Amino acid sequence: MDFVFNILALGIPFSVALLLASLGEMFNQRSGIFNLGCEGIMAMGAFIGILVPYAAGHGGPTPEIFNLFGILAGALVGALLGLVFGLVVITFKAKQGIAGIGMQLFCVGTAGTLFRHFVGGTQSVPGIGNLDIPILSEIPILGSILFSHNILVYIAFLFVPISAYILFKTPWGLRVRAVGTYPRAADSLGINVNRVRFQALAVGGALAGLAGAYLSLCQAKMFSDEMIAGRGFIAVALVYFGHWSPVKIMWGALLFSLAQSFQLAIQGQGINFPYEFAVMLPYVLVILTLAFSRDKKKQAPAALGIPFDREKRI
Amino acid sequence: MNRQFKILYKTSIIILAILATLLIGSVILITIDAEIFRTYLVILTEPLKTKIQFTEVLIRAIPLSIIALGITVAYRAGIINIGAEGQMAIGILTSTAAALAFYNVPRPFNIIIIVLAGALGGGIWGFIPGILKAKLKVSELLSTVMLNYIAAQVYTFFLRGPMIDPAELTLGSGTPQSMRLEKSVWLERLIKGTRLHTGIFIVILLAILIYVLLWKTSFGYKLRAAGASSKAAKYGGIKVAFFITISMVISGAFAGIAGGVEVIGVHHRAIEGITGGYGFSGLVVALFGGLHPAGILPASFFFGLLLVGADMTQRIVGVPANMVQVLEGIIILVIVSAQQVMNDKYLMDKIWKKINTKEAN
Amino acid sequence: MSKITSLRMENITKTFPGMKALDKVTIEVNEGEIFALVGENGAGKTTLMNVLMGLYQSDSGCILLNGQKVCFSSPNDSFGCGLGMVHQRYMLVPNLTVKENIALGLKKAWKKVKIDMDFVVSKIKEIGDKYDLVVDPDAYIWQLSVGEQQKVELVKTLCLGAKFLILDEPTSALTPQEIDELIQLLKTMNKKLPIIFISHKLKEVKDLSNKIAILRHGKIVFYGKTSDYSSSDIAALMTGREVKMPENNEEKEFGDYVLELKNVNVKSIRGFLALNDLNLKIRAGEIMGLAGVSGNGQLELAQIINGLRKVNSGEILFLNDHIEKLHPIDIINKGMGYIPEDRNTEGIVPSFSIKENLVLKDIETEKFSKHKIINYKAINTNADELKEQFDIRCVNTSLSAGSLSGGNIQKVILAREIARKPKFLVAVYPTRGLDMGAAQFIHSKLLEMRQNGVGILLISEELDEIFNLSDNIAVIFKGHIQTVLPAKKATRRDIGMLMAGVNNE
Repeated sequence: MDFVFNILALGIPFSVALLLASLGEMFNQRSGIFNLGCEGIMAMGAFIGILVPYAAGHGGPTPEIFNLFGILAGALVGALLGLVFGLVVITFKAKQGIAGIGMQLFCVGTAGTLFRHFVGGTQSVPGIGNLDIPILSEIPILGSILFSHNILVYIAFLFVPISAYILFKTPWGLRVRAVGTYPRAADSLGINVNRVRFQALAVGGALAGLAGAYLSLCQAKMFSDEMIAGRGFIAVALVYFGHWSPVKIMWGALLFSLAQSFQLAIQGQGINFPYEFAVMLPYVLVILTLAFSRDKKKQAPAALGIPFDREKRI
Repeated sequence: MNRQFKILYKTSIIILAILATLLIGSVILITIDAEIFRTYLVILTEPLKTKIQFTEVLIRAIPLSIIALGITVAYRAGIINIGAEGQMAIGILTSTAAALAFYNVPRPFNIIIIVLAGALGGGIWGFIPGILKAKLKVSELLSTVMLNYIAAQVYTFFLRGPMIDPAELTLGSGTPQSMRLEKSVWLERLIKGTRLHTGIFIVILLAILIYVLLWKTSFGYKLRAAGASSKAAKYGGIKVAFFITISMVISGAFAGIAGGVEVIGVHHRAIEGITGGYGFSGLVVALFGGLHPAGILPASFFFGLLLVGADMTQRIVGVPANMVQVLEGIIILVIVSAQQVMNDKYLMDKIWKKINTKEAN
Repeated sequence: MSKITSLRMENITKTFPGMKALDKVTIEVNEGEIFALVGENGAGKTTLMNVLMGLYQSDSGCILLNGQKVCFSSPNDSFGCGLGMVHQRYMLVPNLTVKENIALGLKKAWKKVKIDMDFVVSKIKEIGDKYDLVVDPDAYIWQLSVGEQQKVELVKTLCLGAKFLILDEPTSALTPQEIDELIQLLKTMNKKLPIIFISHKLKEVKDLSNKIAILRHGKIVFYGKTSDYSSSDIAALMTGREVKMPENNEEKEFGDYVLELKNVNVKSIRGFLALNDLNLKIRAGEIMGLAGVSGNGQLELAQIINGLRKVNSGEILFLNDHIEKLHPIDIINKGMGYIPEDRNTEGIVPSFSIKENLVLKDIETEKFSKHKIINYKAINTNADELKEQFDIRCVNTSLSAGSLSGGNIQKVILAREIARKPKFLVAVYPTRGLDMGAAQFIHSKLLEMRQNGVGILLISEELDEIFNLSDNIAVIFKGHIQTVLPAKKATRRDIGMLMAGVNNE
């Protein structure tokens, strides 16, 4: 039973990065744009997250507040990178798939270059620790699974209902949904389609950057080139899997992170299961879910992937 | 609007694109306090200074071009293959296995078997995303990336396990690598003292093959039609699903061949890190080379130059080798943006009008 | 916001890459007028209205509202001045509800972090009562019929404060009965606001408008009171010449049945039956016109005949062989020709050259590739011949097919299909969006094919086209063939009723 508890207890914090990045990508895709550069933006977020407290402390002990600044900076840089992506796919109307790969290479390369220059080596940081919610965390079993997490974990899960509200109840969310389904109709009503898309990309980028900063400051507590390990791509896949809906995406994120924590739990138990196959699991799972996800087409934002051009004669 | 203007327009975009690349790269360089001009100089010229370095560029160009040729086939069929990295890795495994098994077969047949084994491995790894897209409409962008990560694990598993060098086991050092291949399967060195090998002829052969296949055969016509407009192709009776699948098989096979060639030409055993980013670099080469063999060959030389040059920048100007990834990313972004701007008739028209009204005033 | 008593567009000029869409166009509409903007496809009507709405910027000229000059740089500006437009393709987001669609434009309902839906719903009710336009605020757009969607569009523009209404081809996709209703509705609304409507359907123009302007190739060629002119006068002015469209007047003996559909059922993605127990038989040398409001199964029918979609049950016999399970290429090789609905995405590969497109279906034949190697010489010769024969206007056949005008693209498709000497041709909306000249050419070619014994299924929205060309007319409604009537015996009235589902059998 320990095994199961371990998986669950690990699964929840593991899902945060996926959840945040995926919610961000949901906003992107709802507005009609898919950003494969998500992985790269997460890498930059992770780097910036580490950089701020490190630079503030000049390698020595850092006041806690700088961790917070690191998180915020990660989100800010992510938003900026989202806008840069917008420049490429909205202003220049480049093909989103390949542009996303370009974005990913650029961001991962930049993160690696800057890290080597400014920080270097395998520095680990104290990062942000776990928070035990008084009383609730004392509940046997459930307490350690649900209530002894890092504050960002709680914030991340709060983003689920917040995103749902933004998307379905606010004027901006309505505009996003219109722009991603039938941009010409939104345009005919005077809505600036491209501006809404830029805004969505900024939000998506911010969440991806935040996810990356979480990974470096709260989870791994360090930075390395390979640390994102495909989570950005999985986040994009999750949006399809979750039918562009915040709650379904949350379940998807939990499912995939369980697959990830499975690998660690297995090793903890000393079971003789090939390490590599355990690591492979989340990626295989993504392919299986993509393959067997039915009826995706019906629910996808109809204008996904198509640049908007008002002057184009229909 | 006249022809001159169109040519001027397109040329200025290309020039702007090059400038933008250098500029954005410079921004990163400034952030790390590097000497901008000197860095670019090192990257672009340092490898050309000695014979050995020059051949190293060609050595990089070989797998780059093979992979890029394969990616071109897929791209022209409408599929973006990001999975060359994984396909190459699987190809390395299968060709190494073949090399270990068939080293006794007389040359050149053993080489042919090994290369085909590489093609088989890569082809299978390309088949998976191909059939998923053709039958289940799974986005190849996501499936190929996932398969890269899976392949990396499979690769390590085999090199640590079934295919590990027996010598490693006895020594107890556990380096994940295969047994050293017999000399009978090595590709000949072309220039003494360098690592340049006969794989370069394979490149030329494959380039010609791809050119003929895509532009001179009815197969190529149908493949290109499927990629240019899948709906019209379908309505025209073309079996688009077939072409999607087969183009991914070919693309994967080429990446697998590149892997095999690297093993028997350069390293002479399967080790960690052979694929080292070739999958993505190959993609950039394909785009940069205009998705045509005639462009891919010089493009792969150029990127081989970038790769070798970037290795040297750490030592000479203190710029980390990751800079090459940055440049690759910038180049992709700039190319795809420039392409769209070049084809934007409305923009061309707007600028033409502006120029005309300015002159009229 | 005060009433709009006069609107004047003066000397409007607009060019797109390679063509002049509008050339010094001037029109004026006053209170109490219903103004018809008439012209062939491509004449510039929609462009002019898009300029008025601020969707396009004109190169020169100005707009005067109640005598004051105004400048519209975006739809927001024109809304602000009280203009409202119902586009030909409805600007409604399908997966949102009626109230969400209206909320999208109703800025007054946008509170900082919430949409005031109550306000939206009350506005919908207010407009509904004032103009007798009742719509269900909670219905999803995709659930509504075309006629109901149009009502929503009208309500939307009125909710957004329209004091002046522009309608682009308001009667396309409506049954004859719905058209009558709309005309009554508009006449009533005209008492409260001026209306411009765009049309190329002369009957409605005569019924509805009191003033008319005719555009030809971007220029106003006529401007005056509708009552002063007859339909044929207007038609002549629209095209600039006496237009005589080719007519099928020749009696002939038909051959055997070439195409037979028996009890065909096809399910759509949404679950209902797109084709419902469909039966149809067409003989060699016969033109069967298929009349029906678009969306009643025409596209599905064309697709299953060509193997692009599978039937759930039923049989399709082509030249007495079952083809319902065959792959499209096999049906093509048996002699099936197809002019698809969307010429740009289904008919040609836009980035391929004209000559490459002309051999799209034949690339594997002996003529064009030996042992899989392409014979470019044969392709070139073929292209030159067809260019002559079909008068395809292009500088040379190496240009990309996508750069051609709509009419020429259709000629390329037609040339390709006819050159293959098919035994049967499915033609879907073959003259949609084309000017009279191109349409005339295509009609004459179709009649020629009929002469040569080719069976033709002509799917069209234009009753004129169907009546002119068909030997027999079939009416499709909700995926079922209501009845087949000889063209000479059918009346527009009968066909109209059948299109609406009224079956007097």
